[in-house]
Amino acid sequence: MKRRNFVAKSSLGGLAALLGVDIVYKNVMPAGYTPVALQDSDPFKLFKKDKGMVVLNDKPWNIEAQAHLLDDRVTPNKSIFIRNNGLIPEEIDVEKWTLTIDGESVQQEKTYSLAELKSKFKHHTYQLTLECGGNGRSEFDPPAKGNQWTIGAVYCASWTGIRLRDVLEDVGIKDDAVYFGYHAADVHLSRDPTKEPISRGAPMSKALKDETILAFKMNGEDIPLAHGYPLRVIAGGWPASVSGKWLQRISIRNIVHDGTKMTGTAYRVPCKPVAPGEKVADEDMCIIESMPVKSLITYPKSGATLSKGKKLNIRGHAWAGELEVSKMEYSIDFGATWNTCVIEKPANRLAWQHFSASISFPQEGYYEVWAKATDANGVSQPMLLPGWNPKGYLNNACHRIAVKIA
Amino acid sequence: MKEQNHGKLKRDFKSLYRKILLASVVVAIVGIALIYFMVDPSLSAFKANEPDTEIVDMPVEDDFDKIENGIHSRTGFIDAPGMTETIQNCTNCHSSKLVIQNRMNAERWKTTIKWMQETQNLWDLGENEAVIINYLVTNYPPKKVGRRAVLTDIEWYQLEE
Repeated sequence: MKRRNFVAKSSLGGLAALLGVDIVYKNVMPAGYTPVALQDSDPFKLFKKDKGMVVLNDKPWNIEAQAHLLDDRVTPNKSIFIRNNGLIPEEIDVEKWTLTIDGESVQQEKTYSLAELKSKFKHHTYQLTLECGGNGRSEFDPPAKGNQWTIGAVYCASWTGIRLRDVLEDVGIKDDAVYFGYHAADVHLSRDPTKEPISRGAPMSKALKDETILAFKMNGEDIPLAHGYPLRVIAGGWPASVSGKWLQRISIRNIVHDGTKMTGTAYRVPCKPVAPGEKVADEDMCIIESMPVKSLITYPKSGATLSKGKKLNIRGHAWAGELEVSKMEYSIDFGATWNTCVIEKPANRLAWQHFSASISFPQEGYYEVWAKATDANGVSQPMLLPGWNPKGYLNNACHRIAVKIA
Repeated sequence: MKEQNHGKLKRDFKSLYRKILLASVVVAIVGIALIYFMVDPSLSAFKANEPDTEIVDMPVEDDFDKIENGIHSRTGFIDAPGMTETIQNCTNCHSSKLVIQNRMNAERWKTTIKWMQETQNLWDLGENEAVIINYLVTNYPPKKVGRRAVLTDIEWYQLEE
């Protein structure tokens, strides 16, 4: 073990030799920051991810969890999915990192250093659920374009930062403000410096919510590089793409933000329901806002075999975008009957909620345990796929695990 | 008598010499082992199958376009007509993994290519466009899964509580 540690510790020096240059800020490089030159090596080591995570794409990096890896109440970094639209920024100098607030609807443009942001504004910590808009895409028929996420593009970490609202009050916002849009340091896949990989945002009503923060810590530590170090928007309950990573600029717009992946079909669903496979014109596609109600059974892992007479204790999490989950149920007969689970209140608004149940099985055989959450408006998860949409967003169909009683 | 004594002494000396030599060799071996153990306490040099942290796969030039069991090793693409054109035009910006996991018909691939040309700096594919689309729809056709697929690839295990 000692030798391996030594190798790991010396790898930065080795990297410098490899690149033929010294890494100037080597000593201020944060733990967990891996220079981008190493981007093509083992992603599990590079991003400190669990070996059970599934790599969907390695350029750009897209890696998802499996249900049983998400069992923690607050998700640790090792189980957090990575969804990148572009390439991870290659030069991050926290000493020189700034955030600029600009746009048509600011009183005046203003720039803050990272240190200023941290010292000037009050810190808040929230557990916030982030789910990729395309989580579950792999189940749509006909198949939808994009990374074929199954169920693992969701997590709930603890984020510490400052309220976007506090910063915007300090800058001064005009009455005609409609939307905020972020701009970040990631690099377009084509390496064209005039193109942004992604620049999304949300209406001012979401920007001004208590829990919409500019975060600099995740789970009490510097945000890992792949998750937006050193500064990131966190807008829990909305498609995770609203929570821009590597944040450098926020534009307060007097129109709906028209940055990359705000327009066309990106993160949009048909405004009116369509038949599977139907063509939908761009102007008939509407921006996704709050994510729908959903849940995951995180224990046990699918495939559990129990002896007859033993009870099965299940647990998991449920979330409902901007709303709270009010009811959690399970079924072991494919939805013919449902039983209630115990569901906890969220740690704070937009945090996922934990559920549990103890299940008895009537006889030996093959079972599936299906979980169904219902939100505060009485809307439940469907057992079948929800409405088909061209880009395969918002699949909140019930999660289920296989169980055998022998 | 004198000769005999001398011979005995000589034998005693030889025996002592052998003992000292043996002792020195033992001390030397133990010493080397101890020093090695201080440098490498986990004896990692003897664990051949334990991967080193710094091992990075480097493509060997000879194997750059190796095909194994009908699969192009470097990209994972199915070896079939149009594969080379697909690799050359579709893996510069993004990984082959993004192509392989997507299942579309010719019309939707065409739309996707047009989108990449309009927004992602993809060049005009010329005659290769038809070759690439044909390769994709032939080798990666959409599968019918219906409104909800059955659970597959279940890894059964005994749950101990």
